[in-house]
Amino acid sequence: MMADHSNTPIHKMIEEKASKKGMANVTETLMPKFFLVCAIISILTTIGIVFTLVFETFTFFQDVSVVEFITSPDWYPMFQDPDFGIRPLLLGTFTIAFIAMCLAIPVGLASAIYLSEYASDKTRRTVKPVLEVLAGIPTIVYGFFALTFITPLLQTFIPGLAIYNALSPGIVMGIMIIPMVASLSEDAMSAVPQSMRQGAFALGATRLEVSLKVVLPAALSGVIASFVLAISRAVGETMIVTVAGGANPTADLDITSSMQTMTAYIVQMSLGDAGFGTTVYYSIYAVGMTLFIFTLAMNIIAHVISNRFREEY
Amino acid sequence: MLASKDNNTQAEEVYEPNTARPADSVYKVDQLNLWYGQDQALKNIELEIPEQQVTAIIGPSGCGKSTFIKTLNRLTEMIPSVKTTGGIYYRNQDIFDKKYKVELLRTKVGMVFQNPNPFPKSIYENIVYGPKIHGIKDKKVLDEIVESSLKGAALWDEVKDDLKKNAFGLSGGQQQRLCIARCLAVEPDVLLMDEPTSALDPISTLKIEELVQDLKKNYSIIIVTHNMQQAGRISDNTAFFLNGEVVEYDRTDKIFSSPDDKRTEDYISGRFG
Amino acid sequence: MKAARQETTITTEERLQEPANLSVREWKNKIFKGIFTAAAGFSLLMLIVLILRIFTQGIGYLDWNLITSFASRNPSDAGILAAFVGTIWLMAVTAPISFILGVGTAIYLEEYANKNRFTSLIQTNISNLAGVPSVVFGLLGLTLFVRELAMGRSIIAGALTMSLLILPIIVVASQEAIRSVPTNLKEASYAMGATNWQTIYRVVLPAALPGILTGNILALSRAIGETAPLIMIGALTYIAFLPENLLSQFTVMPIQIFNWTSRPQEEFHLVAAAGIIVLLAMLLLMNSIAVWIRNKFQRRF
Repeated sequence: MMADHSNTPIHKMIEEKASKKGMANVTETLMPKFFLVCAIISILTTIGIVFTLVFETFTFFQDVSVVEFITSPDWYPMFQDPDFGIRPLLLGTFTIAFIAMCLAIPVGLASAIYLSEYASDKTRRTVKPVLEVLAGIPTIVYGFFALTFITPLLQTFIPGLAIYNALSPGIVMGIMIIPMVASLSEDAMSAVPQSMRQGAFALGATRLEVSLKVVLPAALSGVIASFVLAISRAVGETMIVTVAGGANPTADLDITSSMQTMTAYIVQMSLGDAGFGTTVYYSIYAVGMTLFIFTLAMNIIAHVISNRFREEY
Repeated sequence: MLASKDNNTQAEEVYEPNTARPADSVYKVDQLNLWYGQDQALKNIELEIPEQQVTAIIGPSGCGKSTFIKTLNRLTEMIPSVKTTGGIYYRNQDIFDKKYKVELLRTKVGMVFQNPNPFPKSIYENIVYGPKIHGIKDKKVLDEIVESSLKGAALWDEVKDDLKKNAFGLSGGQQQRLCIARCLAVEPDVLLMDEPTSALDPISTLKIEELVQDLKKNYSIIIVTHNMQQAGRISDNTAFFLNGEVVEYDRTDKIFSSPDDKRTEDYISGRFG
Repeated sequence: MKAARQETTITTEERLQEPANLSVREWKNKIFKGIFTAAAGFSLLMLIVLILRIFTQGIGYLDWNLITSFASRNPSDAGILAAFVGTIWLMAVTAPISFILGVGTAIYLEEYANKNRFTSLIQTNISNLAGVPSVVFGLLGLTLFVRELAMGRSIIAGALTMSLLILPIIVVASQEAIRSVPTNLKEASYAMGATNWQTIYRVVLPAALPGILTGNILALSRAIGETAPLIMIGALTYIAFLPENLLSQFTVMPIQIFNWTSRPQEEFHLVAAAGIIVLLAMLLLMNSIAVWIRNKFQRRF
């Protein structure tokens, strides 16, 4: 049936091999299953996180009422008569995140505009790696930097500044998050089609006008999504606040003195103060759960924002 | 001999290895329809493709000719939204039969693509790719395959000293002949060529055309081309596709000298396309 | 930007006239250009300040003794030997686990999965996992590996936690690498009669490998610097022995640095700075390897 066209009948050899391909068939059916299992592990991780948090938080709420957790103004877990009100930790978390954003959003966005609209290719190729390096520095290094450099530096300007305070970790966290805002916003702005810029330039607009009135509005959803992601990152950041923010859960909005964030509390407790099985031990899961809900919500919001407006051009 | 309609297909008896009488056609296509999602790209195609001849498929872009050739080795299945109805019989074997292994079909039916697509490996490794995946490991056999395939694709003299070099270093025309050699290495029965020269310069094109003339002694060749002169030069039969339908299918000299259909004539004479 | 509708005819002189506010607009452009440039320069400045500062603090304690000594009460004797070895152990265990899981997931998603709801569930799940704070992964590790699976505060518990933490980064990077393999190479392989797995193993993976490796190295360099999750699972901060097997207790460099940083004595801060220099040097090395791989294999297609 086959056209006879060869001295060495390779096709015959292939047919023979094909008839005894048992082993290869096993691989062929096993591999996809193995990869599916790998993919399912990522789902299991999420389930594991949620399950762990929910389960241990539930145990916590058997000792402490949900109402107290939400409404009590104080967080004094180690007292003889402990208070478990999440509010001071939330306040600490969002105050420090707010300070960080005050730095990261303007500087990050301005850097993004520079990179996307003003910089030459050559400059961009030097600045972007710098941002990558900055983003890749471990957070413990930033914490060290905040405690041993920024805090003493700030103390020369603000005499009343405590060694552990909210301002210094806030600023350093801002520095750490600049690259994230800059690179995500730049991605959004670079995605704006060149034709839109050319249209505005052809009308005699200056580069600034093109950047702020054409490109930025067109990229707005992506830019705002980058802000939300940055806030989420700031809320979840741990080591900077643990090292430089201190361990004083206070509802007092004094940024020159110590504040405690949710993450810092979790670390502080697991460093040894909490015995396994105590209410304090379970409290770290309740705080972890709160943290998880906030960051997840912000990630979903960022996702929705950037998706909803994606098909604009 | 080339009736474009043939209802003589016998789908039921396809599993009989039909060695007794040599088939005079390699492919029979029966009422083939194909959709990309909602868009129908092939409509009721009926064709019979003879062995050891060159069959050209021509037509304007978007007429379904590339889609058609890719259904012949079921490569359209790589696109998830594709739906197919009707039948294609390769040597009386229903290729859409669930029990039929598509790998077997593709071993018998080689394909050369529009843009040369050698693997980012050495020339040698490119040629032995097919034999190796089909289980041939003997170094001596592989060496012989490399030499004979490259000779078969008229590339041996140009690359015999550079077999270990990366295939990406070759010129476009050489890469395309390497891709042909890669197909020849498994000694297929049919060669599908999807506009094999459209990305090449005229001299490389000429070499490929000469090669096709040479190869048809041993292989049945189906070639899609957007170049009517090429179809006229190298093919024995020509099918004219338009909007997913076969307008006319006949001997190439007949199509080019006295086509039956007005649309074929218009296309051949350059009124559209 | 909106051109005002002109109702009268315009003379040639008027046409040639500069718009009245043009020079103001040009000035504004220049000033803002300065501001934007300064903003981009700010990051560079901070990087320089941070590195200079840490070097001036730590250089005095940076000697061979630092690497060959265990931690000590006395700053001048303190070293990072246990932490250094612990980090290497941890990475050596984390790397293969996260590589197999991450690349496996990426292959599944890119090459096998149908476009259905289950697939998009996995994809969404991975992007959400990437946004989960690392300290939460620490809670997972503490509960699941340390307690439930009774691995204790061991290297394997730490490595599994770290693997899950960097899994999303590896999956996303590997997916991108696999997706960038040209379809026509895959077509060529399938057209030769290759099966799915043969095509993946012989064509897709070799072509995607540089990208996959780069992504894996970058993810590992993230793991090297992670502190919080390992504190959570209780990687000790003071140990004067080297880990011997997967179930040994251990500490890592960031935790040792954290420990020194939290001490009141100024000298320990300087030792911490020296430790940071070692940590940064490791990261620099890994990143250089990643960049080298990326550049060497970039122009393949």
